[in-house]
Amino acid sequence: MGGDYKYIGKPLPRRDAADIVTGAVQYTDDLKFQNLLYGRVLRSPYAHALIKKIDKTKASALRGVKAVLTWEDIPDFRGGTPRNVRVLDKKVRYVGDAVALVAATTEEIAEEALDLIEVEYEVLPAVFDIDAALKPGAPAVYEEYPNNILPGGTIIYGENCLKGVVRGDVEKGFAEADVITEGTFGYENIPNALPPESVGAIALWEEPNKVTVWGTTQAPYLDKVTLFHVFNRQLEIRTIGPQCGGGFGTKITCWQVQSYAVLLSRATRCPVKVMYTKEEHMANFTLRVGSRISAKVGIKKDGTLTAIQGTWYVDTGYFSFTTQAQVAIGSGELMIMAQCPNWDLKNHVVVTNRNASAATRGFGGQELKCSFIPLLCLAMEKAGLDPFEVLKKNYVKPGGGYYWRDGEWYNYRGVNFAKAMDAGAERFGWKERWKGWLTPTLVDGERRRGIGVGVHGNADVGEDAAEAYVQLGYNNTATIFLCVTEHGTGQKSNYAKMAAEVLQIPPDRISMTPADSLVTPFEFGPVGSRGTYAIGSAVIRAAEDARWKLLEFAAPKLGVTPDELDTADGVIFLKSNPQKGIKWRAMGNDRTILGYGRFEPDFTMCNCMMSFVEVEVDTETGKVTLLRVVNATDVGQIIDPHGLEGQLNGCLGSAGIDSAIFEETVLDRRTGHIMNPNLIDYKWRTFAELPVLDHVVLETPFPSHRFHAVGVGEVATSPGPSAVLMAVSNAVGTWLYEYPVTPQRILRALGKTGVATGGAR
Amino acid sequence: MAKNKIESITLVVNGQAYELNVGSRPGEVEPFHTLSQTLRNTLGLTGTKLSCDQGACGACTVIMNGKAVLSCKLLTVECDGKTITTIEGLRDRNTGALDPLQQAFIDHTAFQCGFCTPGMIMTAKALLNESPSPSEEEVKEALSGNFCRCISHYQVIRAVMSVAWRGR
Repeated sequence: MGGDYKYIGKPLPRRDAADIVTGAVQYTDDLKFQNLLYGRVLRSPYAHALIKKIDKTKASALRGVKAVLTWEDIPDFRGGTPRNVRVLDKKVRYVGDAVALVAATTEEIAEEALDLIEVEYEVLPAVFDIDAALKPGAPAVYEEYPNNILPGGTIIYGENCLKGVVRGDVEKGFAEADVITEGTFGYENIPNALPPESVGAIALWEEPNKVTVWGTTQAPYLDKVTLFHVFNRQLEIRTIGPQCGGGFGTKITCWQVQSYAVLLSRATRCPVKVMYTKEEHMANFTLRVGSRISAKVGIKKDGTLTAIQGTWYVDTGYFSFTTQAQVAIGSGELMIMAQCPNWDLKNHVVVTNRNASAATRGFGGQELKCSFIPLLCLAMEKAGLDPFEVLKKNYVKPGGGYYWRDGEWYNYRGVNFAKAMDAGAERFGWKERWKGWLTPTLVDGERRRGIGVGVHGNADVGEDAAEAYVQLGYNNTATIFLCVTEHGTGQKSNYAKMAAEVLQIPPDRISMTPADSLVTPFEFGPVGSRGTYAIGSAVIRAAEDARWKLLEFAAPKLGVTPDELDTADGVIFLKSNPQKGIKWRAMGNDRTILGYGRFEPDFTMCNCMMSFVEVEVDTETGKVTLLRVVNATDVGQIIDPHGLEGQLNGCLGSAGIDSAIFEETVLDRRTGHIMNPNLIDYKWRTFAELPVLDHVVLETPFPSHRFHAVGVGEVATSPGPSAVLMAVSNAVGTWLYEYPVTPQRILRALGKTGVATGGAR
Repeated sequence: MAKNKIESITLVVNGQAYELNVGSRPGEVEPFHTLSQTLRNTLGLTGTKLSCDQGACGACTVIMNGKAVLSCKLLTVECDGKTITTIEGLRDRNTGALDPLQQAFIDHTAFQCGFCTPGMIMTAKALLNESPSPSEEEVKEALSGNFCRCISHYQVIRAVMSVAWRGR
């Protein structure tokens, strides 16, 4: 494929490639400022406490300290959903909550000043998991929410935001089922997507009420909107997103660190940088949501789902920023995967005294599926069904549909993914190797192998509005004005490719503005998988608009109408007589031509990723080795093969497949301390342990934009974890339900040890 | 005591000699400064990245006297007299041409977010200097201390092997 296009589908070098390999590319922490001050955060040692008294006298007196701020020094600025989280509060709600902010001339002085702040706390009882938080009479994390349950819905998804799934008649559905299973299953190891670049911001205040914020962000324009509300809609905010050292969804939740930098800059009138250490990144920044489902599912012998009923509990830690949005998307994503006529799926967003959970690649859907699929597995086993066939049968197809985040029903109009699933199964050898439930594919002494399969898809490919400008210059050049920062997907290069294809000039003739909210129009940010269809459409339309204006400009000079013209390689010519034309140079150097493109949200299409995995379990040691992964998808049209491969390889990292094998944030549920906030104790996959990774990518044209593509990057992490649980269960011949499948859990399941130690629960 | 105190140190970084005073004024090296801090903050060579700052992720890798070292785990004052190459110093100093390994990373798109890339390249470069034709297993072993979260490992191995092959 890709043969019809000059640039689309061709493996071109990333436009930032030379800067990346020479160290020239600038991330937030690499930016240089005159008179820069360094900000640090004093953090609470207690999970839940009232601040009775703070004395900052000694800290303020330390030479080099320029500002010390506590809750008493700042107005009532709040963020979160609902907007109830003060930037600095007189109550702390988790181990590490911000108590005071310091700005100093060096990092070391700022650090020293933290030790000089004297705080008196009144320690309160705390809750560290869903059970404790929901117990009658449990301590309330917020007085406003005495049951520790946050209000459902988020205003950004509208008044009817999807709060659960109610459809059909579940009683009738269960009556029609051949098999019904029920139980409680969770994905509560709160893994960390953990980009290598930490989280931070630099703010520069200008009197009377302007501030510029540079930050480690995936979505600078969204930050502008968020901060506008945090600062009570009284600030004029300019946000700039430099190169971003990995986000995986987490770096849309940087409002706290940004607010700290803004407040310290306001207090000092100097630029202030607050960069979290890796320990802060891991113990004080966001995690995946904790997910648990108590549910019941009905299925027929032919694999038809008849009813799904239950409650999804979502542990968001001490506040929510995006959790209700993740609940909405996650619920819709379950409908995409499970085309079932009868639903009653409720949910509760629960607050607990640990650091917050927020957006992470998979955005609710990964977490819900990791909880739901083990329940479905029991039903499939009871009905004697092959999981591949059931997942394929129940995934949305043209003619099917789902409720989406705004509470509306959408009829699906994308491609049938069954073809890609079949191709993936064939590549993996699923049919020859599937031996039935709880049956290994191979037994070799102590070693046993098993296979598993998972699926995920998201109708976010067309979510949220996007805007772009494309400006043409007389020297066969174009500039894309777009508020997108490069965070690893290579999409900035892809937008240049798309504009190049429309304008028929080489991509290296196209410049891009920095992601600067002062310069560019609105753009939500490359979150989910919306980069290719949603943002791509805005760029394409802006390029088409500019092209049309160029033809309108040239038409009278050639004595024709614009629709009789075409352009390529900097020449505008008659379609009927390509020899007759004028160059773009005819614009003159005193003119530019500006095109505008806007994309309106479209929820009628989704993407799909099916992952097949093979594991080997050493039944002597309990070690699980991931041997092979095959990912299958259909993307409509590949834009860049190298970039796509990278995104699909990403299935292993960023709290993806490995969150089922060894990744977990270990929370001490007696004290609220995170026990492994460093890159030694938090386990990650090394070069020495890579499985065989294989992708099957089909290109069935989607009715999306003119290149017929949809994005797929986000979802690569999501089908894998439940597939691993399935594969390990099959390998050892007994069910494993908890993530990750640590050696202790394997040995316990095999009856070789007593109570397991370690693990999240 | 005063006699034993180091007053200044010399580093040769990317072919350029720097004499740095030990002290607390701007531009000076404090005794507690790590090499990564000195490279990034004092010399402005921000191509070397700081990620974990605990010697666990390889992002800050530079080549010192021929060996790949973690610049966050070295005190600058311990590096007196050493010759250091950072990612900024890999280009050919005369022609400005990219090192073949850098070009291979471009050709194979052996990065996504790019944050771990300088450390990856310096680690692989030190390996290739020592062993110009490593096996794939040796490349994986050499890079096993380099943290990458986007999962560019497969493309990195291809890039390194494409250069390694040339040496045979």
